[in-house]
Amino acid sequence: MSRDQILAALQQNQPELTPLPDTLSFPRDESLDLKEKFITMAEGIGSKVYNIASFDEIAPLIKASFPDAKRILTVVPELVSAEIPAFELHEDPHTYEDVDVAIFKPRIAVAENSALWITEDLMGVRALPFITQHIMMVVDRNTLVPDMHAAYEQIGLADYGFSTFISGPSKTADIEQSLVLGAHGPRSMTIFLYN
Amino acid sequence: MKVGLFIPCYVDQFYPNAGIATYQLLVKLGVDVTYPTGQTCCGQPMANSGFEHLTKDCNSLFIDNFAEFDYVVSPSGSCVLHIKDHLHDEHKEEKAAGIRKKVYELVEFMVDVLKVKNLTAKFPHKVGLHQSCHGQRGLFLTQMTELVAPYYSKPQQLLSQVEGLELIPLSRQDECCGFGGTFCVVEEAVSVKMGKDRVKDHLSHGAEYITGADMSCLMHMEGILKRGNSKVKVLHIAEILNAE
Amino acid sequence: MDEAIKTHPELSAIFNEDEQRVDWHDETLWWIRQKRDKSAHSIPEWEQLRATASQIKNNVLSDLANYLISFEEKAIANGITVHWAADAAEHNRIVHGILKDNGITQMVKSKSMLTEECHLNEYLEKQGLDVIDSDLGERIVQLAKEPPSHIVLPCIHKKKEEIGDLFHVHLGVPAGTSDPQVLTETARQHLRETFLTRKAALTGVNFAIAETGEFVVCTNEGNADMGAHLADVHIACMGMEKIIPERKHLGVFLRLLTRSATGQPITTYSSHFKKPRKGQQMHLVIVDNGRSIQMGREDFRASLKCIRCGACMNTCPVYRRSGGHSYHNAISGPIGAILAPNLDMKKHADLPFASTLCGSCSNVCPVKIDIHQQLYKWRQVIVQEGYADPTKKIGMKIMNFTLSSPALYRTAGKAGRWVLKYAPFTVNNSMNLWFKQRDMPTPPAESFGEWYKKNVKKK
Repeated sequence: MSRDQILAALQQNQPELTPLPDTLSFPRDESLDLKEKFITMAEGIGSKVYNIASFDEIAPLIKASFPDAKRILTVVPELVSAEIPAFELHEDPHTYEDVDVAIFKPRIAVAENSALWITEDLMGVRALPFITQHIMMVVDRNTLVPDMHAAYEQIGLADYGFSTFISGPSKTADIEQSLVLGAHGPRSMTIFLYN
Repeated sequence: MKVGLFIPCYVDQFYPNAGIATYQLLVKLGVDVTYPTGQTCCGQPMANSGFEHLTKDCNSLFIDNFAEFDYVVSPSGSCVLHIKDHLHDEHKEEKAAGIRKKVYELVEFMVDVLKVKNLTAKFPHKVGLHQSCHGQRGLFLTQMTELVAPYYSKPQQLLSQVEGLELIPLSRQDECCGFGGTFCVVEEAVSVKMGKDRVKDHLSHGAEYITGADMSCLMHMEGILKRGNSKVKVLHIAEILNAE
Repeated sequence: MDEAIKTHPELSAIFNEDEQRVDWHDETLWWIRQKRDKSAHSIPEWEQLRATASQIKNNVLSDLANYLISFEEKAIANGITVHWAADAAEHNRIVHGILKDNGITQMVKSKSMLTEECHLNEYLEKQGLDVIDSDLGERIVQLAKEPPSHIVLPCIHKKKEEIGDLFHVHLGVPAGTSDPQVLTETARQHLRETFLTRKAALTGVNFAIAETGEFVVCTNEGNADMGAHLADVHIACMGMEKIIPERKHLGVFLRLLTRSATGQPITTYSSHFKKPRKGQQMHLVIVDNGRSIQMGREDFRASLKCIRCGACMNTCPVYRRSGGHSYHNAISGPIGAILAPNLDMKKHADLPFASTLCGSCSNVCPVKIDIHQQLYKWRQVIVQEGYADPTKKIGMKIMNFTLSSPALYRTAGKAGRWVLKYAPFTVNNSMNLWFKQRDMPTPPAESFGEWYKKNVKKK
């Protein structure tokens, strides 16, 4: 069996055991303003960032940014309103093909690269954050962490079926290194920063 | 301290002025320097071509010529790096190890051992400094742009002591010139293109002379300069540091 | 056919016939190197990160069998079906088998250099299956019927006008279209249809976590996710060295990967796949294909630490001026040159020589592979194994003979200078490769040795 063949070959050819690093502790600039850094990185990557005081500000902003949006929904219970219907679960992810705007709330926001950690249970269905034409994220300022090490410290060994870091709108520079926003995932990302 | 002068084979045969300048410079700096006349080559051209196994005789000859000295100094970063990394002799390994520890390229010898701070040299011209790869990334003569680390440059430190010399900036600080030993003929097209691009960088910034710590790189760029009918000349750094 | 494959020098010479194009290719990749520099310099602890990543990967290689066993156990518990492929052929058969078992004849793929290495697309197409590459760069080279030329930037060698022409022929855009925005939008529409209709999706694996049995796929386009989350069958293919011991190690690798590759702080998506979606099959194919042999090569084992960032390609002055296709291997550039001879030493004997050993690659490598030292060592192996050019062999033997004797050396040197001075035409001609585009050095009147003898009193 190939499995046994491969493992045996490795056992024979591997070098002597060398240890892992004792700690993953890296110098950090403690004076870094996390919110400022996060916004700089997010905007640099092409996301639109709004500082909001209340969720009421969101619906009008959606209307202004995406006046032609036909299907809008949110997975965040606190945001559900007349203008923003609640996500309804359909097992077949294809049914979300025509979603224009979807709004989520990630668990963690990473300042060094504007990456937002969102687990499956906050996505509705896995396909939704990718299949929607435009994605929006409500980010609690208190979930900001400085870097990826801090993010994984918080994530720990949490269980999930699927999870992802989303740092901005989908993009590609495959054509002569010209950056184009909106490849196969959402064309835009909007971040509402609150608290 | 007794210094044995190691002159690369192609410098000996084709660019003796670089060797002469090195010798005169060391003498000026008060060094007791001798050129063992039985030396030939460090063996790098063969080793880099995959024929390391043919360098045993070269190694043995090198050890015989240089074992007695306190330091071995050479105006060539790549030859020195080769000796440092690859000088071995199964019959004289202790002597080989000894040489590997005391072999120095000229610039690093002047900065780290002689600690030269006040050269009396004059060279009122615009000069482009080429960072030869083996000297830079192998002997750490100048900080490489790949690393996130503080900048320093030993050749620049010495050139800054030369009166009237203006060091020109370059668009690409430390890109390879494309000589690479037998690479220069095995991969002729790419080698020449790399050399042309290096030369263009220097010319576009107004260099009158191109210098560096390795004559091989300079020989390659000179070949391109002359083919292009350029008035720009190449000079080994020793010749500039020795200029009055 | 092996005989038809040109060598790196031959292919590079062809590439260099269009100097303007070489300049364009070189400048584009140099610009990416500069973006990488800017990004790396924004992280003061960058060198510490590299050292840490290198140490983690060294540990992985020293205990890979156990990590794979642990990973498999956890993955299976997560509901993933794990397959093992000894070589490329078995990998292809396994993938085909999964599709066949599910009655699927059309598949969408996201980027996987491993599948390029195995020539999967070619194999599946021969079996009558339809495979569409969804990464924009990969789709472009697929339409052009070429392999990718760079492991991260598949069509870096193509100009936008050429891409426009391809899209005109295959996707119906008006002739002469070259606006990247328009072309990307066209691909988005065209591939959205693919994502929505394909029942099987294949992705690569950037990192596989032994601790948790999950794997991570990094993209900017979102195509891996679009494919996987809409398909009934998700097949993930991984080189077995892609293992990382613990989830928290991703912090180190995700900080290094994209900065090294393109200068971005992170890809748009870093997706962690742990369990199949309800009702979905998730398959993982672990592939050896020569890796266990490389593991046994003490001098070259470290090449297995590679996380496929492409930084070495972007910095390599030779790669930038010869293009990925000159390396006749799925993985090109400096890392390709130390991986390929292990796969086929005869076919790839030229690759370790396609370098000046400048050392730039080793110093941008996020996991500190000693690439340029391995290139030197591969040269020794290739010559010992008998794959050196016979004329080179003779030349080297003569060189050794001459340089072993001070008297012979001095005579040869003097003779050489004499010939160059008095009979330059014997040297300055088309047989002399140096002379093609460079002048020879001017022969001096005397050598240094002769000057010294004359001018320095013996002590």
